[in-house]
Amino acid sequence: MELTVGPIQYFWSEDNWADFYTRLADSPVDRVVVGELVCSKRLPFFQHRIPEALAALQAAGKQVAVTSLALVTLKRERKQTAELAEMGMEVEVNDLTALAYLPQGAAFSVGPLVNVYSAGTLEWLARRGATRISLPPELPIASVQALVRAARDNGVMIEVWGHGRLPLAISGRCYHARMHGRPKDNCLFACEDDPDGADVRTLDDTPFLAINGVQTLSDTHACAAYQLDLLQEAGVGALRLSPQSQGFDEVCAAYRGALDGAITDTALEARLRAASPAGTRLSDGFLTGETGVAWSRG
Amino acid sequence: MEIVCPAGTPAALRAAVKAGAHTVYCGFADETNARNFPGLNFDRDEMEESIALAHDYGAKVLIAINTYPRAGAEGIWHQAIADAERFGADAVILADIGLLDHAARHHPGLRRHLSVQAAAANADAINFYGREFGVKRVVLPRVLSVPEIAAINAETEVETEVFVFGGLCVMAEGRCSLSSYATGKSPNMNGVCSPASHVAYHETAGRLDAQLGGYTIHRVGAGEPAPYPTLCKGCFSAGDKTGHLFEDPVSLNAEALMPALQKAGVTALKIEGRQRSASYVSQVVRNFRMAVDALDQGRPMPEGMLARLSEGQAMTAGAYKKTWR
Repeated sequence: MELTVGPIQYFWSEDNWADFYTRLADSPVDRVVVGELVCSKRLPFFQHRIPEALAALQAAGKQVAVTSLALVTLKRERKQTAELAEMGMEVEVNDLTALAYLPQGAAFSVGPLVNVYSAGTLEWLARRGATRISLPPELPIASVQALVRAARDNGVMIEVWGHGRLPLAISGRCYHARMHGRPKDNCLFACEDDPDGADVRTLDDTPFLAINGVQTLSDTHACAAYQLDLLQEAGVGALRLSPQSQGFDEVCAAYRGALDGAITDTALEARLRAASPAGTRLSDGFLTGETGVAWSRG
Repeated sequence: MEIVCPAGTPAALRAAVKAGAHTVYCGFADETNARNFPGLNFDRDEMEESIALAHDYGAKVLIAINTYPRAGAEGIWHQAIADAERFGADAVILADIGLLDHAARHHPGLRRHLSVQAAAANADAINFYGREFGVKRVVLPRVLSVPEIAAINAETEVETEVFVFGGLCVMAEGRCSLSSYATGKSPNMNGVCSPASHVAYHETAGRLDAQLGGYTIHRVGAGEPAPYPTLCKGCFSAGDKTGHLFEDPVSLNAEALMPALQKAGVTALKIEGRQRSASYVSQVVRNFRMAVDALDQGRPMPEGMLARLSEGQAMTAGAYKKTWR
């Protein structure tokens, strides 16, 4: 199974952003999706570093793709989406608006924020040129299995969300700005202070969600450590790892080790916990549990 | 402008058409529609009879088949589309690309509307659905301001329908898994959000906690009315702030913006509330029909007619007046 690194979901400084991809070039992953997924206002801060990052990753033998925005409403955002299609790189479509700009017949991939729930949608996207589909994280294993069967007949590779905070919702409204009492257009980039999102707790002080600008994520880090065999048996082609600000090299190395059979699932979990901030909570409920937040070992 | 009214039951449909609804939308009693609540919606016989009744009153019926089919069980959704056509529905409201493609190929004569659950939020996306699947009307997501809606209408031939009254999604519709994360039940897959089956109220030491999936997201003093614990309208803490981090428990009322929406080129005004009673539907529809008739005839609109019908008391013009931008 391949390892894909998804786009950085958060707003990191330009230098941290570039360093992340320099290090990633040396890590045992197969594919890297680069670009801005969440907020169009962030892109100008690191856009000029993208070509260098892509070149370094390609030189290291990685497959690369550039992501579309997850929610396109403004003129500026439509323009950014059109420019993406003109880059000549493979585009990971995370809002169907991007499809409107991709030339007929151009190969593309589909990211986890496009609703691919059943074979009919998969087949239509394959006819339009999709070669790879990263499934929505909320799909249960039975759906993953059915979609892999449909994908096989259509020459599409299926990818599943493997590790990292889950992208649960996207909004027109910025929650970082709201939290700081600022309007969206004058947000002063409040999200910059939270490189892994701002933790959201319930009234019982239970960790629950994380705010990342217009995006809402899970508090837990999804972790497919105990589903790797199930996913491999199903014929899933790739596992997506979502960037976090600390310990991500080790996350990549640990998953690679487990997929190669070098370490056990429990050893993988231990290494992931050691690499993450103390108290990081894990979940794997969307794949095999009753609720998304559930953890099969909890 | 056309008013598009909710009907969760045959009684509500009857009330809506009698009150002057131009159009009613409803769904089958299963997971194919995004208001799959216990005791709501139409079985096959009820749907067939209700469509005939609406047509007798000169009203149209739109059938919402707007969840995302479960892989391997697409037949349930395909059957719903076939039945909608067989019963004479005036259009189906779809969100899923696979279903749109299926309907366009197998039921080309059945008019297709794009559900808000597809969250098509710009003219490029809307024209894409128009071009690829022959979509004639789009229900716009509730993230757009009136000038943005006007700009969209200037760039598309697809008709636009906008929500003007009732419940309000805070997140881009059809792209939210908050409910399934906490309860296992999702709008996209099961047609439910923050389901009542996962709600619990606990009264202790003079306070009442409202929980969803075991998470306490509202707290009031004992005896005070406790709002329903919908996830995105819950009370949370982040940093040193505690409050409604996503949205206050408000409902949408864009009544005052109807003239602006008409100028913006909107074809239809949609009222949320398939979970509402027949008498509520009747009152809301009657008021909205009076308002659009006044607008169409260039008379002043009756003012403040709907305030007392709103969920709780707090109302908002939502994104249409984008104070948060």
